[in-house]
Formats: sequence, structure tokens, C-alpha cells
Amino acid sequence: MNDRTRVRLTVNGHAEQVEVEPRAILADVLRDNLGLTGTHLACEHGVCGACTVLIDGEAARSCLVFAVQAEGASITTVEGIAPDGGLSPVQEAMRDCHGLQCGFCTPGIVVSMTAYLNTHPNPSDADLKEAMSGNLCRCTGYQGILAAARQAADRMNASS
Amino acid sequence: MKPSQFQHHAPERVDEVVALLAEYGDDAKVLAGGQSLIPIMALRMATYPHLVDIARVPDLSKISATPNAVRVGAMVRQSHAERDAAVATVPLLAKALPHIGHFQIRNRGTVGGSIAHADPASELPAVALALDARIEATGPGGVRFIDASEFFLSTWQTALDDGEILSAVEFPVWGAGSGFGVEEIARRKGDFALVGALAGVTLDGDRVTRACITMIGVGSTPVRCHEAEAALIAGGANADLNEIGRIAAAPLTPTHDVHASAAYRKHVSPAIVRRALTAALKEARS
Repeated sequence: MNDRTRVRLTVNGHAEQVEVEPRAILADVLRDNLGLTGTHLACEHGVCGACTVLIDGEAARSCLVFAVQAEGASITTVEGIAPDGGLSPVQEAMRDCHGLQCGFCTPGIVVSMTAYLNTHPNPSDADLKEAMSGNLCRCTGYQGILAAARQAADRMNASS
Repeated sequence: MKPSQFQHHAPERVDEVVALLAEYGDDAKVLAGGQSLIPIMALRMATYPHLVDIARVPDLSKISATPNAVRVGAMVRQSHAERDAAVATVPLLAKALPHIGHFQIRNRGTVGGSIAHADPASELPAVALALDARIEATGPGGVRFIDASEFFLSTWQTALDDGEILSAVEFPVWGAGSGFGVEEIARRKGDFALVGALAGVTLDGDRVTRACITMIGVGSTPVRCHEAEAALIAGGANADLNEIGRIAAAPLTPTHDVHASAAYRKHVSPAIVRRALTAALKEARS
């Protein structure tokens, strides 16, 4: 039962292969096996959104996915969101608008916001509020996060 | 918390799924999207020595339309269903889907998984019950259909036999002149509804020729409000919807929990039903 299973993943564009227990959740494999500690784990049961990553381009909570379920999938973590050495429009907006204080929830916020804006180019403020409702933040009171989402949406729209 | 150890099985055909369930019996659990099952395992509310992962069974991820129904395979992701043209012909389903969790959850969660999980505050079991959907169960003896009205037995309990898998759900398509509404009260968007109502009507002028009202969060299963439906059909499109709401709420015996008292759930129920019916009637008239 402790048998390890080989799982092949493409993570931030790199082919990876890990040997993990079936019960290993994707978030732990990203952090512990692949050293990608940008993905944060808080609640570990799907409530807080800190561990959000893209699985084949779609945002998902990596605490609610066993790594074995992601066999063959392409994963993007917060480390893979930005171009080399730079900041993505979402990350720039989070900095400009004070969308973070302690920063613990920020990786999940950035990944969720990126996924949403990639597929919703012209969101209303109400849309953004709903889109970000799956990520908990205990510092900011959310206003900075929503301001960042607004700025990122407008800039991504203007540049597309 | 981390889930306890299990063996992962990833069959590629439905008969292989059924064979694995037969082999491991009570020690096996079907894993679809995992958005309810993995939290339960992470919190150690349940442990399963064997998980049968159905994500690699192509036959379970299909949506097909017939003139009178839309068949949604068990493994169809909720976000996929949200974007599907055939699902759009079942407006109650299409309207209910965005109420489930958050978009990150719907990217993984499945239609069949939610219905098989049978949480009494979930939207999709209520859609199935409201529309008289047929649950397709596949087991060692082949395929059988279970009426939604006989499927939900209690919290997390269904009429599936040991060794059976929910393989698809057939949602009936209602005809022209129909409208639907989904209304919920929740403390935060994406939370489980404290109380919710799903309603559908078909109008012929001011006559209501067909009605369904189902409530969630008010019992151990989704609750179909037959008396209120009959009252609406008798009263027609201009019936007093507050009264219909009161009739729907009268027999309910919701429970108290940390999120809301039983009295509060009972108190808001008529208003939620009224709102769902108002939306359904408005859509039916348009």
C-alpha cells in the first residue's frame, strides 16, 4: 500500500518525473519533491485558495488534487506566471495597488486572477469580486486585491 | 491534514471500474473530481484503502443530447458543463452550476460526482430531483436507471448498490414557454447554501401547465415541494407567490448547525421559494 507511483508532469514548461505515494497531494509534490515553494498550503481542504495552480491552463486547488490524478498534465505554479525576471500584469497590479501585506495568500491570488482574466477579458467590478471570492486573505480586507484585479484587467485589455 | 494511504486504480473502461468495485467491495471508493471526497479524506472523516479514479474512462466524460433529454456522463467537469451547448437546453442545470463553490472548484468537480455524493445542500442533486432526472447506474448486472425521486436517501446516502457506479444522469428538456430560477442564501458567495430553492414552470398563457420546486439545505436530502407545485398549478401564473412559498415551507424540518439556526432556515424558506418562482415565471413569460 505504501507503493510509490511514478507521475509525469510538465511543470512551468519543464518535464518532470516524480515517485510519490498515491495519497500525495499535488501541492506537496510541487513543494517537497520539486522545490516549488511558491505554492502555499494553508487549510489543506479546499477552502482558502492559497494553493491555487493552473492544471492544463485551468485554475484548481492543488490541495484537492492527488498528484497521481495529474499524470500527464501541464502545471503552472506562481513561479511560472511571469516572464523570466519580470512581473506579469497581475503581479505588477498587486504591487501597485497594495494587494498584499503578509503575502501568504498572494500566490493563490495571483494564479486565480491570472486564470480568470485570461478567459474573461472585460469583467465588471462585480465579476471580479465574484472571481476572487474563492481566495481568502486575512490581511488586506480585499480592497487592494480588487483594485489590482481592476488595474490588471484594464491593462491586459488595453494591450491586447 | 493529509489523507491516509490508499491504492490508486486508474481504469480506462467502465467494465474495469465495475470489476474493481466488485473486487474491493467496501474498501473501494470511486474518485471523480475529488472536490468533496479529498476534503473528507484530508480531514480523516473517511479513509478508503482503494480509490478507483474514473477520470481516464473516456465514456464517462461525454455529453449527448436526445430530443427530450440531455445525458451527462459522470465525469463531465462542472466547468465543462457550464460551457456546453446541450447543457444550455436544460436551463435549470445551467443556472445551478455557477452556484457551486468557486470557479477553481468547478474546473475539477464533476456533475456525476456531486450527485453521487448527495450532499443535501448541493445544487446538482436538487436539479436532478426537480427535473425528474434519471440516474444511470452501472454495476455487475449491467445498466439500470433510478428515478431521482428514489435516489437520494439521506445525507451522503443514495440508492446506488454496492458495486454500482453512477455512470451518467439524464436531465429532461422542458418545452417552449418554460422558465427557471435558482435562489440561495449563503453568508459568502461560494459557501454551501443555508437555504436554496430551484424552481421551474411551463406557461400556457396564464395557465401553469408544469411546475417544479425543490429546496436545499432544509433536510437530509434535497426536498421536492409537491404541495406547493400543485398550488401553483391550481393558482396559475398570477398566484400569490408568498402563499406558494408558505405552502412549500410548511412541512420542512430543517436542522440547526453552526451556520444557521433551524428557525432561521424555516423563516427564510418562503421568501427564497418566492424569489425562485418569480425568476422562473419572468423567464417563462419572456
